[in-house]
Amino acid sequence: MNKIEIGDKFSTMVDWMRDNWGGLFEAIHAGVEGIFIPLSSALLFPHPLIMISIFSLIALWICGRGVAIFTVLGMLLIHNLGFWEPTMDTLGLVTTAVMLALLIGIPLGIWTAKSNMVQNTVRPILDFMQTLPAFVYLIPAVLFFQLGEVPGVIATLIFSLPPCVRFTGLGIRQVPSEIREAAISFGSSPSQLLFKAEIPVALPTIMAGINQTIMLALSMVVIAGLIGARGLGKIVVQATQQMRTDLGFEAGISIVILAIFLDRVTQELGKPSKKGSH
Amino acid sequence: MEDLVRIEGLFKVFGHDPERVFPLLDQGHTKAEILEKTGCAIGINNASFTIQKGETFVVMGLSGSGKSTVIRCLNRLIEPTRGVVEINGADIMKMSSEELLQCRRKTMSMVFQHFGLLPQRTVVRNVEFGLEVAGIDPEERRTKAMNALELVGLKGYEDQRPGELSGGMQQRVGLARALASDPEILLMDEAFSALDPLIRANMQDELLDLQASMHKTIVFITHDLDEALKIGDRIAIMKDGEVVQIGTPEEILTHPADDYVKAFVQNVDKSKVITAEAVMRKPQTITVPKDGPHVAIRAMEKNNTSSIFALDADRKLQGLLTIDEAVRLEKEKVSDVREHLMTDLYAAEPDTPMADLLSRATTARYPISIVDAQGRFRGIVDRAMVIGEVLGDDHEDTSTVHLEALTESQEIKMKQEAGHE
Repeated sequence: MNKIEIGDKFSTMVDWMRDNWGGLFEAIHAGVEGIFIPLSSALLFPHPLIMISIFSLIALWICGRGVAIFTVLGMLLIHNLGFWEPTMDTLGLVTTAVMLALLIGIPLGIWTAKSNMVQNTVRPILDFMQTLPAFVYLIPAVLFFQLGEVPGVIATLIFSLPPCVRFTGLGIRQVPSEIREAAISFGSSPSQLLFKAEIPVALPTIMAGINQTIMLALSMVVIAGLIGARGLGKIVVQATQQMRTDLGFEAGISIVILAIFLDRVTQELGKPSKKGSH
Repeated sequence: MEDLVRIEGLFKVFGHDPERVFPLLDQGHTKAEILEKTGCAIGINNASFTIQKGETFVVMGLSGSGKSTVIRCLNRLIEPTRGVVEINGADIMKMSSEELLQCRRKTMSMVFQHFGLLPQRTVVRNVEFGLEVAGIDPEERRTKAMNALELVGLKGYEDQRPGELSGGMQQRVGLARALASDPEILLMDEAFSALDPLIRANMQDELLDLQASMHKTIVFITHDLDEALKIGDRIAIMKDGEVVQIGTPEEILTHPADDYVKAFVQNVDKSKVITAEAVMRKPQTITVPKDGPHVAIRAMEKNNTSSIFALDADRKLQGLLTIDEAVRLEKEKVSDVREHLMTDLYAAEPDTPMADLLSRATTARYPISIVDAQGRFRGIVDRAMVIGEVLGDDHEDTSTVHLEALTESQEIKMKQEAGHE
């Protein structure tokens, strides 16, 4: 029996896309760089100690004292290890990828909630995106966007997009029908229904999705070190190649600190506010 | 009275390609047969009725009778399959989406069984919702929302979130939200069904009070005939998507249209319809400070009672004087009894249903006093009267049913009270 050459076909398709859609990929490349470069420069522009104070204040304001103390100590440790610059590069990559993922994922999630047909189309694609081994993304990403940060961001974006779409869709679908009916019966237009009732009610679920997206992005952005993306990933790759346990552990610790900071802050944002805001 | 809402030949068929159903209906197939043949469920089957301006129209039926579907056809939360729905002479089926939005914003608003409040908004911002989507400016809508909150007795709760309030209070928020835009029509879908019985009775009373001053047109959906009888000016009873009878509570009770309605009416707990006023007796009283222990003892001896109610010159209840106390005061030559009255008494209003007084009357040591809204003493209800009313019921052959209903509701009451303590 002959082998069905799907791998072959896929690679042919990728080549064809590269040859024919070159302009599109260049535009995407320029766009991603347009976000990432200013962002990482901005993160690196102030003195690390100033940035550490800013992050700690954010942690204090959103999460409270415990997380703030952790942030101060953790980030001082990163600074002390000499990993401040790669950490900010990693943060820049994650932020760029997550911003793009939310820009695509939230509207797509809302659309899947509103239409069963879209839901049924998108779901298998999301399954595919989530379960295909992360390394496999890297190959076409490099083919389309060369080496560096841009394919890193794109691979991260694809890998971290599914939870955002899923949670948004789930959150909107789970809005109690009476709330929806109430909003409609008081004369909401479709957009008022969405923005004044559905999204606010679904917000905790949507935020849980955003939190998941950020965590996935952080894990992928490290893998993106393999294709030359700057940041902590690159150091981890270097450490594995040179069998440097010490370097690998230090870079690993830095990633964990960044991850915990991002996780706690975004988780807290997702909880319904306890303060009486108007 | 002019008709505000007119529904004629209304059908709602759920399922794919609903038009297939009509030929089958014309041939006289039943609902179940049609469901089996086409997979279409008939929610409303040829309903027609009119609702007059200012009346409280109750649509009553068991679950699956189509009552919730009917109310949703009035504001097109559900699209009717066929038929006419006219509000103020305008056919809402023919309205453009913009006209429909305006109609929902201005003419009618809805109260939901499970409240349908937005959990992340404060109470006042929930109440503002309808005004907000209508584009009313923030200051004006805040004023209107605060007025509505005051109307339902929730002043001071405006900055709480719905989750922090009890069910009854949440439904007041729902009611305030519906009243805020001052609509002509209130649609209330099982509005009190999710509340526990005591709070529910309370809310029914408050709705009646509000209605007495607002004169809205209310369409009230319920599965509870007692509630329907209490609230409704007219009641439509639905069964399997059809309206089987429309009439005043009196008509429904006395002339049930068919066996279905009859079966319903038989189970009515008449103790909820009979009020304290109908049963109470006017006892001998003393007037303080004019009357002293002498007068009191004489009156008690004459009437063969062991206590007597003391009123002031305006007939406001002051307390209860027991025979033991009166004898003691007489010996001590105290003439002003005011200091020595029992004031720890249970008082009820004249229109309190007997059902609400049962457990009190059967356990209390002293009679329940009936005091009107102005605070004037009207009469008393005691244990003997309650039992007499129940046993001595001369309404044909249904007295056993009443007795059962009474004891049952009494048990429930007692359990609730035990639970509340």
